[in-house]
Amino acid sequence: MGVQLDHPLHAAVALPLLAALIVFPFVVLAIDEPFYVVLASRILIFALVATSLNLLVGFGGMVSFGHAAFLGAGAYVVAILMQHGVASAWIAWPAAVAVAALAALAIGAVCLRTRGVYFIMITLAFAQMVYFVFVSLKAYGGDDGLSLASRSVVAPGIDLNSDTLFYYVVLAFASTGFFLFARLVNSRFGRVLQGIRENETRMEALGYAVHRYKLGAFVLAGATAGLGGALLVNQNELASPGTLSWTQSGMLLTMVILGGVGYLWGGVMGAAALLLMEELLAAYTIHWQLGLGLVLLAVVLFAPNGLATLARAAGPGGRDG
Amino acid sequence: MILFLEQGLNGLQFGLMLFLLAAGLTLVFGIMDMINLAHGSLYMIGAYLAALILGSTGSFLLAVAGSLAGTAVLGMLLEISVLRRLYSRDHLSQVLATFALLLIANESMRILFGSQALTLNPPAVLSGPVELAPGFFYPAYRLLIIGVGLAVALLLYLLVSRTRIGMLVRAGASNREMALAMGVNVRALFTAVFGFGAALCALAGAMLGPLLAVEVGMGEGILILAFVVIVIGGIGSIRGALAGAVIVGVVDTLGRTLLPMSLRTVLPPTVAGNLGPSLASILIYVLMAAVLFWRPQGLFPARG
Amino acid sequence: MAELLRLRGLIKRFGGLVATDGVDLTVQEGEVHALIGPNGAGKTTLVHLISGALRGNAGSVFFAGEELTHAPVHERVRRGLVRSYQVTSIFTRLSALDNALLAVQAAAGSSMRFWTPVRTERAFTRDARALLMRVGLLDRAEVVAGTLAHGEQRKLEVALALAARPRLLLLDEPLAGLGPEESLHMVELIGGLAGEVTIVLVEHDMDAVFKLAHRISVLVSGRIVATGAPDEIRSDARVRQAYLGDELGSAA
Repeated sequence: MGVQLDHPLHAAVALPLLAALIVFPFVVLAIDEPFYVVLASRILIFALVATSLNLLVGFGGMVSFGHAAFLGAGAYVVAILMQHGVASAWIAWPAAVAVAALAALAIGAVCLRTRGVYFIMITLAFAQMVYFVFVSLKAYGGDDGLSLASRSVVAPGIDLNSDTLFYYVVLAFASTGFFLFARLVNSRFGRVLQGIRENETRMEALGYAVHRYKLGAFVLAGATAGLGGALLVNQNELASPGTLSWTQSGMLLTMVILGGVGYLWGGVMGAAALLLMEELLAAYTIHWQLGLGLVLLAVVLFAPNGLATLARAAGPGGRDG
Repeated sequence: MILFLEQGLNGLQFGLMLFLLAAGLTLVFGIMDMINLAHGSLYMIGAYLAALILGSTGSFLLAVAGSLAGTAVLGMLLEISVLRRLYSRDHLSQVLATFALLLIANESMRILFGSQALTLNPPAVLSGPVELAPGFFYPAYRLLIIGVGLAVALLLYLLVSRTRIGMLVRAGASNREMALAMGVNVRALFTAVFGFGAALCALAGAMLGPLLAVEVGMGEGILILAFVVIVIGGIGSIRGALAGAVIVGVVDTLGRTLLPMSLRTVLPPTVAGNLGPSLASILIYVLMAAVLFWRPQGLFPARG
Repeated sequence: MAELLRLRGLIKRFGGLVATDGVDLTVQEGEVHALIGPNGAGKTTLVHLISGALRGNAGSVFFAGEELTHAPVHERVRRGLVRSYQVTSIFTRLSALDNALLAVQAAAGSSMRFWTPVRTERAFTRDARALLMRVGLLDRAEVVAGTLAHGEQRKLEVALALAARPRLLLLDEPLAGLGPEESLHMVELIGGLAGEVTIVLVEHDMDAVFKLAHRISVLVSGRIVATGAPDEIRSDARVRQAYLGDELGSAA
């Protein structure tokens, strides 16, 4: 089985999708279903975060089981700053990204000394540390989480408390983030990451400072997840320990696998598929997790390479992996 | 001093129950090279089964035995129907598939038993305390758990080190290809090991049920701890699982009591009150990260 | 000739086992220096010590006048000290061309570049194709490396090492597992390289060694017991006794 290093972003796919996402709120508001704007924001946020995890797992071969730590860290930074009276998005959001990036730098520097199963376990361990630290901080809500007084303040006249406006902010970040990701994986840096995934020892012997590239990817992915956390906490108006939990890390990994590990659109498709499935099942039964579990199991057993490969096989329109 | 002794025993008791989970997990991990996130679900199912049988028969002994047998059968069925297909897959697929199983197990229990926690009462004769030393009382039921845990550890040790099956298991854990080459019926061996691991989970679930709530999600916290245990002990090593489990049990239990106390002596009470519990709960993860950092193969590596 | 590589008193212990026991070795610029010895003599360990995959317990490694004893693999590669692997280590799921592209990119400065697609860097493709041509694999450029014939994979292995523009090429049993005809091709390839790059050749095939080497060092039980021109080695009594025995007679 051959693997391609090129992952072209086709304008013929990306631009219509972007256009559709731009007009989406007008359509659902016209048919008076504003809830879908909220759902779409949520999907876009997780598409961004899952894509950042796909950079690690799918392109760098680093199966991190602790990505929720950075998502949650970003969320908590915004919520904690808000509690201390700093509501400005211009301060809080960069701070969330910076904290997540620094956390990723520290955690990555230690974790990336290990490989394989040990890497999975040590990233999980660090995420658990972060989780328990926040749960035990009673001043910041402890088990109950920390709710936001309002959404972050951008500028007079721009009120993020409007779900539609917030949607567009999320869309701007998610689409820019995805575009940068698409540039990244095809750049020299992206090639090196994929080379490391394929044969790390060989990359070292070719003269690449492997550790530096892996750490770079880990920090980039962590920072992106931090941004996702800043957006998510505004969406939910609550920073909850659940965002940091290992099941959240599991859900993020699930999105990546579901969408297609190492495929350009894998994170996006996985996030959309998982969250839509969740909504759909939840509409029918409170026991939607049972259905979700069954579907996931079926995917692993019968579509091992995720949805992106199915789309890829389906025709030229989907050949963007 | 008494507090220290009591917490030490509590830690040992918790550690031994952790060992029951970790033993099965480490064998599956070591022999099949498989990450099984659904291992904690077997523990949960074991506890539910025990509660169910106890509720209908009133006999604690029957409840434990029935839960063991039932969970073992369920574990073997699971191995044959799903897990077997995952051995040759990468860790990522295993994580996803067993994560799915975990969701399925949780939701099934919720459908069958509701969201309320079930109660599982210890046998009446063991409900009181025992005077271990003059003035030092310790709950009889917890002593029983320690006894059972030690007995199982001894049994496992004999099984693994003295029997043919144990030899095959050890061979499989250190070198799968060799075990295959020896013509071992690996499939049957894997199924048996998995069923055995499931039974150990059920034992832990049934024994811990009276101390903790029998509820959906009970398997997850302890699953993560069991992973910590086997990473500290060395993947695939029973001896490592025992050592790791006792270390984690004691460090975690003692840390929760002693750390806040000792912090209070050096820090203002409000700071200590905040810091203590959070430090205590991350203690074992710090320990695990340290072990991975300095001894990546764990304390008792199974592979040469 | 100037000295390019110098090993001084290299010792590597694995627990109680001493794999290399104070190895002193000097390689001159431009020569093909073969390293031979019976199985278990410590050849592979020595290769790891020179390439940086292992660090010694004592002793030092000098390359082009610079001490590299503690330098990691990738820094040695940057300075021109490059190895190939005994067990083929290529990117099996990538095409031969992509293999070569990754190798070419490594030699082209920092890869901390996040914007320009590699696909548009024409020089890379040109150099990668030239590299494949050099080892005779150009017509196999689009083939997935893992499906190449064994001999072709060994050539690709050499190509990857060449891409780093080595001053010294450390070839670890390049003929391992090759059939007679494939071996001949490989000897030809190495012979062709000999003029342009210094080569340290670890090899069991005595015909090839005596054909290619300017000097030969014999490693026995972790020590260099003799170094000299092929003729000297052939007639060295200690070498005959310690290792070569009749094998040498048949090669001569």
